[in-house]
Amino acid sequence: MPTLTLYDAVGAALAEEMRRDDRVLAFGEGIATKRRELVEEFGPRRVRNTPLAEGIIAGTAVGAAGTGLRPVIDLLFAPFLCYAMDELVNSAGKLRYMSGGQFQFPLVTLVMTGSGWGVGAQHNHNLEAWFVHSPGLKVVMPATPADAKGLLKAAIRDDNPVLCFLDIGLLYQPGEVPEGDHLVPLGQAATLRDGRDVTLVSYGKTVGHCLQAADALAAQGIAAEVIDLRSLKPLDNAAILASVSRTGRLVVVHEANRLCGVGAEIAAMVAEHAFERLKAPIVRLGGPDAPVAASFPLEQATVPQPEAIAAAAATLCRG
Amino acid sequence: MSLNSPHAPAPDPRQLFEQMLLIRAYEDAIVTGSAAGSIPGTCTSVGQEAAAVGVVNALGADDLILTNHRSAGHLLARGADPGRLLAEVMGRRDGYCQGRSGSLHISARELGVVLTSTIVGAELSMATGVALSQTMLGRPGIVACFFGDGAACEGSFHESLNLAALWHLPVLYVCENNQWQAYVHRREAMSRERVSDWAAAYGIPAVTVDGNDVDAVLEAARHAAAQVRQSGQPYLLETWTYRTRGHLEPDDQAYVDAAEREYWRARDPIATCRERLIAAGRLTAAEAATIEDKVASRIDTARRFAEASPFPPIPTAAELARGVYA
Repeated sequence: MPTLTLYDAVGAALAEEMRRDDRVLAFGEGIATKRRELVEEFGPRRVRNTPLAEGIIAGTAVGAAGTGLRPVIDLLFAPFLCYAMDELVNSAGKLRYMSGGQFQFPLVTLVMTGSGWGVGAQHNHNLEAWFVHSPGLKVVMPATPADAKGLLKAAIRDDNPVLCFLDIGLLYQPGEVPEGDHLVPLGQAATLRDGRDVTLVSYGKTVGHCLQAADALAAQGIAAEVIDLRSLKPLDNAAILASVSRTGRLVVVHEANRLCGVGAEIAAMVAEHAFERLKAPIVRLGGPDAPVAASFPLEQATVPQPEAIAAAAATLCRG
Repeated sequence: MSLNSPHAPAPDPRQLFEQMLLIRAYEDAIVTGSAAGSIPGTCTSVGQEAAAVGVVNALGADDLILTNHRSAGHLLARGADPGRLLAEVMGRRDGYCQGRSGSLHISARELGVVLTSTIVGAELSMATGVALSQTMLGRPGIVACFFGDGAACEGSFHESLNLAALWHLPVLYVCENNQWQAYVHRREAMSRERVSDWAAAYGIPAVTVDGNDVDAVLEAARHAAAQVRQSGQPYLLETWTYRTRGHLEPDDQAYVDAAEREYWRARDPIATCRERLIAAGRLTAAEAATIEDKVASRIDTARRFAEASPFPPIPTAAELARGVYA
């Protein structure tokens, strides 16, 4: 199995899907510059640079998707989504329902998110929960290069708008990526490690932190199950509930700020459906309700680290 | 080469008159229903009928239309069934969007009226994408995007024109400059008198035409559509018109200058058209009355159809989200 970075796995997914389906095209802020090999293979009509104008990039994708194309757009950094909110939330997410099902919007939005580059709060803001809260949209966030390829391929084939958040801290980390038609279905979590004592649920960069925490917990005799959500919407409630039903303890971990984050939904969902199986309160670890500082140590301090995750899980197990 | 569109033969002027009457009668029925409480608040285009009828009649069957919250004129000129439109406005099952749109965002794919949005300027952001589909998929039609002077003040207007020019997209931008942006007069909101002035910044040909003269609009729109077809490049047509009624029904329009309203009321597009046709000997007063009766009868039928259409069945909580995803 070849080893690719997450960034190159995204390129491989784009190339394979553009090869497979003539209706797939890619445009965005520098995509034709940074992914030159796509321009060489598919030509400048199907791989286009755009002005730095997120509203028209997203709106053009919505109009194109509604009338027969399958665009993938690259908006660079997640906070720039603020400029594309109307097009993605009010148009892409709503016009299928509002039109009585006359149209569908198969479009994928790529953005980079999270800590790792010290670029400050206007380039680093994990706002995936905003889009989970918006009807009509789907949201994925891979933690490995293999999942980046598989989720993006599945997202391009999906007939709905999908936001794909790429964790900056993982972008150039290598990993094994299956060749050929590797698909990761939207809405299926991955159980990365089995354990009977506590469930650690996460996505993106903090999945790796949970795995490290599980190693540390194992050394203390605590067996932690680690679930990588991969898709935030649709959310694999069944995988979470099955695990928590076995372990009776849950720690939800994400880098985005905790307040009204994806972890809040998961905690509420488990409380509603598996309360009687819980042996301890649910713990949520997330960032503060604050913009992220640029300084590297301050930036990293907003991300739940393996030690904090292990400590929280150990406290639950000993409580 | 003639710039007249081969896609759209010149319509009978009496048909244009009838279409304008139909739009007026339809919206009058909505105003009446709104006042009576049987129809939710709506945005009408009373006074703007010539702009809609003139432009839509310059389009061919392959052409696609994006519109906005004042869409009744565009839809009816395109041949929409007033009964199904009214049913939609009343939230009934037989509406074009099964009662999920209401009056503000009606689209009708079967008529080529795609992707209506009520977020001011959103139609401009999507028009480039629809035109991109037409060119990438090798479809023949051009894309007509209707918006107002309010939308022209949104960033999406400028972003859209820039990208359409840059990417050679066949978009006919139709700005219905009705002088009012919700509750704000355009003079309070625009640095220039005309929206067409702004198109020059993007290298896009543009013209402003008397939007209350259906013949002038038709001629300008046929020329504009042919230009877009021939060049594959965008074109901006501004129709200089007036929103006779308020922003959202009901609206007492206490904020409107009386002299301004009187000036435009004296230039009513339907009365102007009728007088011109009669003076030219193309219509008699008796024929005009017959057409008016026919239109009134159609609206009556439409109202009965809409009122007879049931509300959509109330789904269970779990079913409420049906149709959100493909």
